[in-house]
Amino acid sequence: MTTVGVLALQGAFQRHIEAVEACGASARAIKLPDELDGVDALVLPGGESTAMSLLLGANGMTEPLRDLIAGGMPVFGTCAGMILMAEKVLDGRSDQVQLSNVPITVRRNGYGRQIASFEADLPIDGHDEPYRAVFIRAPKVEAVGDGVDVLASVDDDPVLIRSGRVLAAAFHPELTDDLRLHKLFLELVG
Amino acid sequence: MSNEGTNSRTTSTMRVKRGLAEMLKGGVIMDVVNAEQAKIAEDAGAVAVMALERVPADIRVDGGVARMSDPAMIEGIQEICSIPVMAKVRIGHFAEAQIIQALNVDYIDESEVLTPADETYHIDKFAFDVPFVCGATNLGEALRRISEGACMIRSKGEAGTGNVVEAVRHLRSINGDIKKITQADEAELFGWAKDLQAPLPLIQEIAETGKLPVPLFCAGGLATPADASLAMQLGADAVFVGSGIFKSDDPAPRARAIVEATTNYMNPDVLVKVSRNLGTPMTGIGMDQIDEHGGRLAERGW
Repeated sequence: MTTVGVLALQGAFQRHIEAVEACGASARAIKLPDELDGVDALVLPGGESTAMSLLLGANGMTEPLRDLIAGGMPVFGTCAGMILMAEKVLDGRSDQVQLSNVPITVRRNGYGRQIASFEADLPIDGHDEPYRAVFIRAPKVEAVGDGVDVLASVDDDPVLIRSGRVLAAAFHPELTDDLRLHKLFLELVG
Repeated sequence: MSNEGTNSRTTSTMRVKRGLAEMLKGGVIMDVVNAEQAKIAEDAGAVAVMALERVPADIRVDGGVARMSDPAMIEGIQEICSIPVMAKVRIGHFAEAQIIQALNVDYIDESEVLTPADETYHIDKFAFDVPFVCGATNLGEALRRISEGACMIRSKGEAGTGNVVEAVRHLRSINGDIKKITQADEAELFGWAKDLQAPLPLIQEIAETGKLPVPLFCAGGLATPADASLAMQLGADAVFVGSGIFKSDDPAPRARAIVEATTNYMNPDVLVKVSRNLGTPMTGIGMDQIDEHGGRLAERGW
């Protein structure tokens, strides 16, 4: 069975663990490097990317995660997790950790403060039912580079992208009961 | 998926309001009284800051009426911070809440730390687009606040004491009653609703899910990394630290240590490492001396 490691330093990691398990895969909370042994794929959850950056360093997780991702391990990054995977971050902090260089430019809190947080329907190919996506102080994808597939957009801004074995969402699939995106990710893992 | 137009875009749904609380889980929310402290908090890894005029320890010393903060002070903190900014309003003072909402604050705390404005009613929190957090000492109080629209519950503890005993009492009471409700049969749930003075549908929801419908954070008297670990092990989803950081000898390292302790709360090796050489924590107040130091704030709220 596929084992998905869910980065559990801070944020909505428990909801991701529940979603992965509901899809029939095994999920494991990861706080320290030795917990990565035997993991087939990674989820980087939503939370505060500044706090997560500090905790990645404190717990010695930055290098092990970078190595695994550079080695081709599939990753699903949501919100803060998308920021951690982006090549370029606007309105970030200078000490912000970068775990990969997926060719996208994201602006932290690009949609504004909590009062501007929203839900929106995303059309999904092959499904009649749209996907209800929840955006919380979400990052805005302002540019995408070569090799990036835009899978869904809101008002022409990409909100779900795929690049190689990386799936990244500006919203929170873990906050709804709709498992279609977690299933899509598990298909990517194979 | 396709790139075609999207629709049904809505803001301020319960899912969106509770969603931010989900993102703060496993983190530390720090009380700050100015932009410099807010910067120290963000640098130390806080997931959010609570902007207020005086930390609870000073409110106890100063006495008088404690009110919402000056908008200019909140704006100063919003300018320097990239993390969520929360602010407190008095219990029942919906006009303060309207002002704080107009400042685009990320969360409003209807707080017993400030002097209550209404001795009968709390704020109708459904009337606001910005989500609310409220304090509770027991499950009935928590469910009454949720039925008024609160999207996050925190223990009240005894703010400004540096003494975690009351927060522990509140967490144990809330989570203890939740466990008992999951064991109750259908008929007994009516009795629970009556005894807790809480809406039956929320009691039934707890019986089914085994947890509070919104995240439960710990607040009130936390001062050390060990306090944060205790709160998390007792079932808190995250912690608020008020006077405990900026009333200590050396706030920045203590703030960072509490952040690391909250993430690694089950790991004694990390807790030893982060607890070393932090200097003197805030002195603190015993509950037997509480009447000489401003009394029990947790008794405010109904």
